[in-house]
Amino acid sequence: MDYPFDAIVVGAGGAGLWAALELAREGVNTAVLTKLYPTRSHTGTAQGGVCAALGNLEEDRWDWHMFDTVKGGDYLVDQDAAEVLAHEAIETVIELEHMGLPFNRTPDGKIDQRRFGGHTRNFGEAPVRRACFAADRTGHMILQTLYQQCIKHGVKFFDEYQVVDLLFEGGEPAEGGRAAGVVAYRVADGQLHTFRAKAVLMATGGFGRMFRITSNAHSLTGDGVALCYRHGIPLEDMEFFQFHPTGIVGIGILLSEAARGEGGTLLNDKGERFMERYAPKLMELAPRDMVSRAMYQEIRAGRGIGGKDYLYLDVRHLGRKVIEEKLPDITDFARIYQGVEPLKEPVPVQPTAHYAMGGIPTNVFSEVVQDEKGTVVPGLFAAGECACVSVHGANRLGTNSLVDLLVFGRRAGRQMARYAGTVERPRPIADAAEPIRAQLDAIKSRKSTGESVSTIRHELADVMMDNVGVYRDDKLLTAARDKVRELKDRYGAVSIADCSAVFNTDLLEANELGYLLDLAEAMVAGALARTESRGAHSREDFPERDDARWLKHTLAYRGPKGPTLKYKPVSITRFEPKPRTY
Amino acid sequence: MNVDLRILRYDPEPAELTGLPTTQPKPHWVTYKVEADPMDRVLDLLIKVKAEQDGSLSFRRSCGHGICGSDAMLINSRNRLACRIRVDQLGKKISVAPLPGLPVVKDLVVEMSGFFGKYRSVKPYLINDQPEPERERLQSVKDRARYDDTTKCILCAACTTACPSFWARPEYVGPAAIVQAHRFIFDSRDEGAEERLEILADEDGVWRCRTIFNCVDACPRGINITKAILEVSSAIVGRRG
Repeated sequence: MDYPFDAIVVGAGGAGLWAALELAREGVNTAVLTKLYPTRSHTGTAQGGVCAALGNLEEDRWDWHMFDTVKGGDYLVDQDAAEVLAHEAIETVIELEHMGLPFNRTPDGKIDQRRFGGHTRNFGEAPVRRACFAADRTGHMILQTLYQQCIKHGVKFFDEYQVVDLLFEGGEPAEGGRAAGVVAYRVADGQLHTFRAKAVLMATGGFGRMFRITSNAHSLTGDGVALCYRHGIPLEDMEFFQFHPTGIVGIGILLSEAARGEGGTLLNDKGERFMERYAPKLMELAPRDMVSRAMYQEIRAGRGIGGKDYLYLDVRHLGRKVIEEKLPDITDFARIYQGVEPLKEPVPVQPTAHYAMGGIPTNVFSEVVQDEKGTVVPGLFAAGECACVSVHGANRLGTNSLVDLLVFGRRAGRQMARYAGTVERPRPIADAAEPIRAQLDAIKSRKSTGESVSTIRHELADVMMDNVGVYRDDKLLTAARDKVRELKDRYGAVSIADCSAVFNTDLLEANELGYLLDLAEAMVAGALARTESRGAHSREDFPERDDARWLKHTLAYRGPKGPTLKYKPVSITRFEPKPRTY
Repeated sequence: MNVDLRILRYDPEPAELTGLPTTQPKPHWVTYKVEADPMDRVLDLLIKVKAEQDGSLSFRRSCGHGICGSDAMLINSRNRLACRIRVDQLGKKISVAPLPGLPVVKDLVVEMSGFFGKYRSVKPYLINDQPEPERERLQSVKDRARYDDTTKCILCAACTTACPSFWARPEYVGPAAIVQAHRFIFDSRDEGAEERLEILADEDGVWRCRTIFNCVDACPRGINITKAILEVSSAIVGRRG
């Protein structure tokens, strides 16, 4: 079936929903496609808060927020984008409150705010209360609130429609083509549908599932990012992937930084607050890349708990009231998934693969750009974790993921509405679904070859975790590059058990594995080439930041023999790069 | 430890289409022997069966830690999230079936559109036509706490599909939709209580609740659902009085 629309939003997390809301308010005929139900999106798992310099409890300024974002990102942040982020954070949070978001309140009825890693007053002096929160389910409330508003404004949803290809008119993006729509697989019956539109937004989230230990949902397989890559759009700064310090040991489920924001501490086997040695000023509230590295150092030095590969997060001293009112969910996670009672015992934690700083390159209007000159792909937009605008640079600060998806999801919707008013709807494209149909049929019809989706997925997750994790070097990365190539070859012969049409998750998982392999290839290539340490990218063979050679963004283009790398400059407007200490 | 995992399988397509030996025309139980750690969740076991024994097993899952609400199912005769219940809480014999009372699409996957339709029917969004202030609307800590419990709902459908009143009358709006209505009715910023109470005073509204407490028992978020339903009922009565 061919559906004509004016705008298509792919993904129904925070970025997609806010964009859809803006489009609906402007009267643009819009469809939201999601491979889940909207309320299942991963925005809902964000816990601790969303930063905005409201200054409700103490003095705060948006340019302090901007500075923290730039410094937290180890100066790889595009400062024009960080300015937009920090400035518009304030009005977006206020607008969320007007939409009904149940923020916690101060005694005088304002939005309550708490401390978060790397967020400081007066350009790094001391932690500041900037994170607006709704208990430790801020993301859940953002997702619910935006979905509620979309219902109120009559947004059209296509639930469990998985987008499997992008359509362009007038050639591929590199040939000057413009976005023309998408092809979607209806999970309920296996039918392919085309959705034509003037403007298409990618809001498909991250791809942490390429790692063994991750906080990411099973559905985070980088679909939109990989589809752009396959259509010749480069991926920006893929080598920067954040490991969050406090994941539940072995399974990676997140225990929010809010636990440390409220005063929780990290302890080693000797009971020492080891962060004293690594970040004397901010301690446990140093940025995540630094805390995760400190934890690895402690473990290597034999100071992990019982000599093992984890440490303790201790919240016992916060008392029952704070824990139950401000950290109820993560307390519950520790009880269920670890069998630990945080009121009485410290909680074992280890770093977990959490967030992609890199992704589809965009400008501050959330338009996708396809080269180092900033050439826009007409009609194609991206926002949220799948995009790289770049406000996170080499390392994202806590809560800025939510700020990013709110600010740039909103901007995407507004820009799409403007753009849609200036162009004609693309004509139907003959046989638009045929290329992807052939690919999916090939997987379905292949006789059993012994190469299974789960085997390749596990081998990929192992090599990415062990070789492309918190610490990297040439030897580890070269081995990872070879392994990913081998897995890509073997993926060409992957076979599945289920040939049916109805809710065939076997087929969809096989398809998603292809996305993860493509993105792993780009990540490893960028990491291997970048011979410096910056933010989340720590090369033991190149331990220093090297601004002379590497103060630039990576652009990885897909090629038959692996990615080709180009680079583009960083936008520096207010803050010259300085050594990064906390 | 070894676990006998019984799963209620169902494939709506004929065997010649699916090419699967397991395809049978009616729902049927299949037992899988699985090696499990006591701390494994039922979701881990389902993923293991799919990876190692039968790739055609279908179920929904996403976040894997009780927030997205994808994997509610009937586990050892109670509605729960598969990602929140551990093997050591269930024992060596575990049975898994789709949520009761909704049409089955395939295996553990049920048709959710009716459920979300009921959610939409209660106007689950803030209604307030006053001009917006420049900054946030003020709300006291006490007023915020008034509806805190019902903001936790993740729309997993465990409560509604555990409700005998819903089984007896599928038109009943059900506990999940009432919880969502409660969240706004008792929010001091909202002005849509009248409209919602009118909807819920309908013959398929709150009066169908027989205070059986199955919903409270099923809720993975620990919401006191029956209390919320009774508060909405009282508000309707108070409005008539």
